[in-house]
Amino acid sequence: MSPTPPAVPEAPAYELDLYVTGATPNSTRALRHIREICEQYIPGQYTLRIIDLYQQPELAQQAQIVAAPTLVRRQPLPLRRLVGDLSNREVVLAVLGLDDLPPYPLP
Amino acid sequence: MQEDKLSSVPTLPRLPKAPTGIDGLDEITEGGLPLGRPTLVCGSAGCGKTLLAIEFLVRGIEQYGEPGVLMTFEETADELAANVASLGFDLPRLEADKMLRLDHVHLDRSEIAQAGAYDLDGLFIRLGHAIDTIGAKRVVLDTIEALFMGFPDEAVLRAEIRRLFRWLKDKGVTTIITAERGDGTLTRQGLEEYVSDCVILLDNRVIDQITTRRLRIVKYRGSTHGTNEYPYLISEAGISVLPVTSLKLEHKVSDEILSSGVPSLDEMFARRGWYRGSSVLLTGTAGTAKTTLAASFAAETCRRGERCLYFAFEESPAQLIRNMRAVGIDLQPYIDQGLLYIEASRPTLNGLERHLVTLHQLVRDYQPRAVVIDPISNLVSVGSVAEVRSMLTRMIDFLKISNITALFTALVNGRHGQLELTEEGVSSLVDTWISVRDLEGIGERNRGLSILKARGMAHSNQVREFLITDHGVQLLDVVIGPAGIITGAARLTQQIQEEAQRVVRQHEADRRDRELERKRRMLEATIANLRTEFESVEEELRKVSDEEQGRLAALREGRVSLAANNSPGYLAPSPNTQP
Repeated sequence: MSPTPPAVPEAPAYELDLYVTGATPNSTRALRHIREICEQYIPGQYTLRIIDLYQQPELAQQAQIVAAPTLVRRQPLPLRRLVGDLSNREVVLAVLGLDDLPPYPLP
Repeated sequence: MQEDKLSSVPTLPRLPKAPTGIDGLDEITEGGLPLGRPTLVCGSAGCGKTLLAIEFLVRGIEQYGEPGVLMTFEETADELAANVASLGFDLPRLEADKMLRLDHVHLDRSEIAQAGAYDLDGLFIRLGHAIDTIGAKRVVLDTIEALFMGFPDEAVLRAEIRRLFRWLKDKGVTTIITAERGDGTLTRQGLEEYVSDCVILLDNRVIDQITTRRLRIVKYRGSTHGTNEYPYLISEAGISVLPVTSLKLEHKVSDEILSSGVPSLDEMFARRGWYRGSSVLLTGTAGTAKTTLAASFAAETCRRGERCLYFAFEESPAQLIRNMRAVGIDLQPYIDQGLLYIEASRPTLNGLERHLVTLHQLVRDYQPRAVVIDPISNLVSVGSVAEVRSMLTRMIDFLKISNITALFTALVNGRHGQLELTEEGVSSLVDTWISVRDLEGIGERNRGLSILKARGMAHSNQVREFLITDHGVQLLDVVIGPAGIITGAARLTQQIQEEAQRVVRQHEADRRDRELERKRRMLEATIANLRTEFESVEEELRKVSDEEQGRLAALREGRVSLAANNSPGYLAPSPNTQP
């Protein structure tokens, strides 16, 4: 397994997909949490796609989605998946490889 | 009137079922799996759970036109397609025809982390989308337990799986969920708690190095079903379950009598043979000509122009034919005519149920009127007594239902004279039981044959000695000695003695006859003498009487002339003058 690439940002270093199921509480919370985290740690270095599985159910199979909401880190490699409403910030940061980065001050 | 009563009973609504199209499974489940409900198929590794599930889908598509979704959690779609291609299931083609949809759910714990609350809506949407795109009626979730490997939060998973099954029910799709068998439980994750409609257990046992597979319906809510363990096979044509035990004894019977092929044996039965469609058991110790008797019956069947299927578990066809030719039973012409088919194999080659399947297939393909299995006791080496018995029950029932006359031979233990298998298991199943055994006397062994039972007809109670001659089996007449029936050399001795006695008696009788003849001739001579004597006396007396008559007549004449000359009144004729 290749180690997580160096944290030196190359814009956009982070490609994130968030699969949600409409406006369910979990989905809404997950969206809020990931936006907060991205803005706080990697502002300007990420792209976040929001995919509503109800609208595009065929993507669920393609992206191997089982649980919802699911956050997929497509870049940097390796591919990582994170399920849940992302309320556990420590886990999110660790999985996304952001736990070494100092948080930017919130605006 | 019986029927009127029955027809007046309103027919109860039956649980709607989805036929699986799997050989035998629909018979056990009495129609198939519960329609629109989930069924749990559990079993240990290598039982064929996945195969059963896929066959359910493929048969559903091919035979019932019901599209299906296969969601696999372990194998990829390509792997699965390759695995079942050897069974003739062309999954890619079915997929291209929009009748099947494969979805491999890839779960890798190392790729998935959990951060907060989630549900399995993704799976629901995925499955729902697959179902809706092809209008699926059947769904297979192959080892959904893999979810437990992929997701850490068991409580959430359980709630979600419960919701999934509910959701599938609401969708009205007939679902098979496969699961690994756990220690002491049906499934490792206790899925049976969630699937309450139908649970099928597959089992894979190795006993004495031979694998037997069994299927059992643990529960089937709202329906009756076969409750036994049924052997099943994974063959070239997919799974076939063997629900061959006829639960009802209602096969038709025939009144026709068939010859055993040995005329003198036929005579031991009141009706000169046994019934068509009956099962005959021939037991005996080693070397008591069981095979010869069986071959006689096979040859007789073919001689009538009927087909016979001969299972030889001890000899190769060529050896059997050669050996039988030596005793005057030529089977080769019947084989050439296609009337006789010999299926020879070692019993250990296959598991018991495969033998049963082979029998079924051959009977189906070959349509014989008689089946010989020589011997059934060899099958004991394949399974336990109980298993063999249950298999034989199935076999015998199957043959009876098909109205096929069956002849089984069985080797019995020489020391005890009886085989447990025969004693307990088969004897109650067979209609006619013939026992051949050694009659060991002074320095020799002879063969004796007796009928232990013959349902539906009277039979001889004698133990008949028989010989194997150049012309087949011949039963000898019973010879009773001072101490019961006698055989072999004793029989010959007895016969010689009897012959000697007979000669002596004959001489005696002849002598008596001659004596009598002499007496008769003496008597006749005496009678002739007496008659001659009598005749001479008679002659004498007649002569005397004639003379007397003549004298009297002369006297009267004299008197008349005298009276005429003298006074006519002086001498009137007097009646007193006669002497």
